[in-house]
Amino acid sequence: MLGFLSQAAIIQLTIALPLIGGLAIWALGERHKNLREIASLITAIAEFTLVASLTSDVIAGLRPSVDVMEMLPGLNLTLTVEPLGQLFALIASGLWIINTVYSIGYMRENKEQNQTRFYVCFTLAISSAVGIAYAGNVLTLFVFYEVLTLSTYPLVTHSGTPEAIKGGRIYLGVLMSTSIGFLFLAMLWTYNLTGTLDFESGGILDGKVEGPELAVLLFLYMFGIGKAAMMPVHRWLPAAMVAPTPVSALLHAVAVVKAGVFTVVKVIVYIFGLDLLVDAKADDWLIFVAAFTIITASIIALRQDNLKRRLAYSTISQLSYVVMGAAILAPISVAGAAMHMAAHAFGKITLFFAAGAIYTAAHKTKVSELDGIGKRMPFTMVAFAIGALSMIGLPPTAGFISKWYILSGAIETSNALVILVIVGSTLLNAGYFLPIIYAAFFKEAKARHKDAPHYAFHDHGEAPLAMVLALSFTALGTIVLFFYPDIPLALGQALVGD
Amino acid sequence: MLTSDPWLILLVVVPLMAAPLCVLLRHATAAWVVAISVSWLVFAIALKLLFQVLDQGEVFYRIGGWDAPWGIEYKLDTVGAFVVVIIATIGAVVMPYAKKSVENEVSKARIYLFYTMMLLCLSGLLGITVTGDAFNLFVFLEISSLSSYVLISLGRDRRALTAAYRYLIMGTIGATFYIIGVGLMYQVTGTLNIVDLSTIMPAVADTRTILAALAFLTVGISLKLALFPLHLWLPNAYTFAPSVVTAFLAATATKVSLYILLRIFFTVFGEVDIFATFPVQPLLIGMALAGMFLASLSAIWQENLKRMMAYSSVAQIGYMVLGVALATEAGLAGGIIHLFNHALVKGTAFLAIGAIVYCSGAVTLKDLHGIGKRMPLLMAAFIVAGLGLIGIPLTAGFVSKWQLVTATLEADMWPLAALILLSSLLAVIYVWRVFEVAYLRAPPPEAAPLKKLPLSMLVPTWALALASLYFGTHAAFTLDIAHTAARQLMGGM
Repeated sequence: MLGFLSQAAIIQLTIALPLIGGLAIWALGERHKNLREIASLITAIAEFTLVASLTSDVIAGLRPSVDVMEMLPGLNLTLTVEPLGQLFALIASGLWIINTVYSIGYMRENKEQNQTRFYVCFTLAISSAVGIAYAGNVLTLFVFYEVLTLSTYPLVTHSGTPEAIKGGRIYLGVLMSTSIGFLFLAMLWTYNLTGTLDFESGGILDGKVEGPELAVLLFLYMFGIGKAAMMPVHRWLPAAMVAPTPVSALLHAVAVVKAGVFTVVKVIVYIFGLDLLVDAKADDWLIFVAAFTIITASIIALRQDNLKRRLAYSTISQLSYVVMGAAILAPISVAGAAMHMAAHAFGKITLFFAAGAIYTAAHKTKVSELDGIGKRMPFTMVAFAIGALSMIGLPPTAGFISKWYILSGAIETSNALVILVIVGSTLLNAGYFLPIIYAAFFKEAKARHKDAPHYAFHDHGEAPLAMVLALSFTALGTIVLFFYPDIPLALGQALVGD
Repeated sequence: MLTSDPWLILLVVVPLMAAPLCVLLRHATAAWVVAISVSWLVFAIALKLLFQVLDQGEVFYRIGGWDAPWGIEYKLDTVGAFVVVIIATIGAVVMPYAKKSVENEVSKARIYLFYTMMLLCLSGLLGITVTGDAFNLFVFLEISSLSSYVLISLGRDRRALTAAYRYLIMGTIGATFYIIGVGLMYQVTGTLNIVDLSTIMPAVADTRTILAALAFLTVGISLKLALFPLHLWLPNAYTFAPSVVTAFLAATATKVSLYILLRIFFTVFGEVDIFATFPVQPLLIGMALAGMFLASLSAIWQENLKRMMAYSSVAQIGYMVLGVALATEAGLAGGIIHLFNHALVKGTAFLAIGAIVYCSGAVTLKDLHGIGKRMPLLMAAFIVAGLGLIGIPLTAGFVSKWQLVTATLEADMWPLAALILLSSLLAVIYVWRVFEVAYLRAPPPEAAPLKKLPLSMLVPTWALALASLYFGTHAAFTLDIAHTAARQLMGGM
């Protein structure tokens, strides 16, 4: 496929193409709405095609690489395709297509303002997400990481309301202060110690740092990656819930939090190296923090009535599964962590799509308002149920497989705490998802209360077709991934295998 | 290898001679034509000299053919050539921009005087950088200072007069301190030539006179440099001066002062380990840190955009001084590279503000609601500058931050690294205040229509913004120069 382009050209094009698409979208603008949205869709499909064309080589063990420019003396902006990055790039660019379809339905139906800016920022965000995925060294990763923060900021504050501005401040404040304060420092410290920033299998820090310094460096990296939303640097994620739903999907499933956990896994595997951390036992605290985050966020989720906030805390909890999977340091659990990135992406995007569909069709945002909604929006709520099952980790959904792998790693290393946390959080997940499904399908809609807002009981059916299609597709994907997890698993195993 | 080159003197003499020409012409446009031709010629000479220095080493020129140390010698090494290029670049970018902006902000009868003073100031700043004579340096310091007092007082606001007056007082004290320092050195060594001074210095460094000289020099230059807490003249001067002047001075004048500081510490006292015998380091680091934090905090609370950027300048000067105070090659390189990068970034910011003032007449945040939507291209340039101030990757500011933090890590000064990063977070806050006002607030419905932004203002602004992006992504060239310059300074002259 795409034989007419050299591999180096394809890799660079994966970064450039969304930007070119963004320019086209900007040029078309509000006057050519249809063309603008077609341009978005074409860009997304072309981007996925490009990314996908690299997959077979990576699974075959090749690591194509290209130096884009010499940014600092002796330090290049380098793009290298390796298994984990390929997995992330596939998730981001694949879900972007579906998200675009959904966005078109959502943005039109809700008559959102500044739609051109929305689509342009989206292309920027995807470009930087793919840049993060293919980053060949920490510097490149850092560059795209910061661009991703900045390009998603206008999306978070899209509505421009005081509430959105406040949410945007927290979003930017937490992400910037962690990345500038910790990640930047960790990067320079690493460079100072090793003289290189390249991601190399087996890590680059072995023999260069030990004891408490190693633990401090790990701390700087882990909390520097604010996008992984480990407590206590998780505040930005609920704050960003003011954004339109397609943006929430972008944050929670397509790009932003995935970029966070991706970076965590990448740093643990390619900078520290599993062996170094196993020998030094430097990351016990990381398991504790991840475990604490998983349980605490689940408990908080249990108490949220706002549907999107409940989903946000669910994300925080799920992200720490990935961190924990990596921190267990057993190859099988690291592969599980990689798989969980894909599983969570499909499950969570379905849930958010459903939440957005409910908002669009029924104008409901609260869990307590959802009684009986399954009869009016059957497709949406079935999809929601599938997504929820994947979060809980039940078959036949993708979440089961990744949890299974992480659990296997925990059993292999006989880590009782992790086993306990996984079991406990599964119960908690069930505790905050199953009641929604039960209420939606088996409860009668509440009788009209005289204080209830007028919109609460108007007649509605499903959301617009584009939205229903998108969420059905991702729900289906969640199930397909259960039966055919080959590609993400192959990439996950290639990650720890070589 | 040393080569004699008359271009060195032309660099200073051409603008110096062109200045009275403007007075003779007495015509605004004619004066502008002279100024712009001269500034571009100077830019060309500066580039030629930089490449010559990088290629063949130091360049010198002896005035009247008198050998040093008897005659006055002009001398250009890497750091000098780099600073010359910074000054000349800003001069060349600012002049085309000046025409419209000055017509708007300075009364018509005085416009030719404005260009006269700009040329004098340019000549003075370049003179400081090329001269190898401590007293000659003072002469150029005065030329550039006096002309900048006049330039500031040309501002439309009456408060420009008090601002200029205040700067005059402070600047004169600074210059006096400097000349006292030079006098004391002369008393002991009998020479004013900088190279000569540096060879004699080790023999006399322990005398109280020399220590006093060093103290006078440091304080005097710190005043001109606006090093915290000697910065009090700067915010008002930058706020009330005509916009072009602010952009020009912010990007050049303080940079040249830092250059003098480098010369004194690492050339004149290059053979003496002043950092061991004299508590220069803790003092400078302390003031630099205080500046970085307190000035950034002040910037956060400013309503006036120019004043906000002025305080930001004081903070950024702190970064440069911090790099210098580390007294390592990496630290000096950090200070020098930030000199260059900050000139680009702050130049962009002030040019953008000048354009906003031109189009809308407003400069306070409350009058700028929604300006980002009304002037999208221009505000985008301002945002690029703002990101540069924070040190976001892909902008020039990132390169500076990279080099400075690397330097502190190499010197095993962990807390300093953390403090640099912490203070750059303060920049996030003030830059984002502007961003929110410009983009997230709706423009007032009764807002007066904007004047059309002339290309002659937009293009220079974006030229600097693009330069900041270019040197943020291709820093090998500039960082190499900074490293070479630092190595030469550390090795003595």
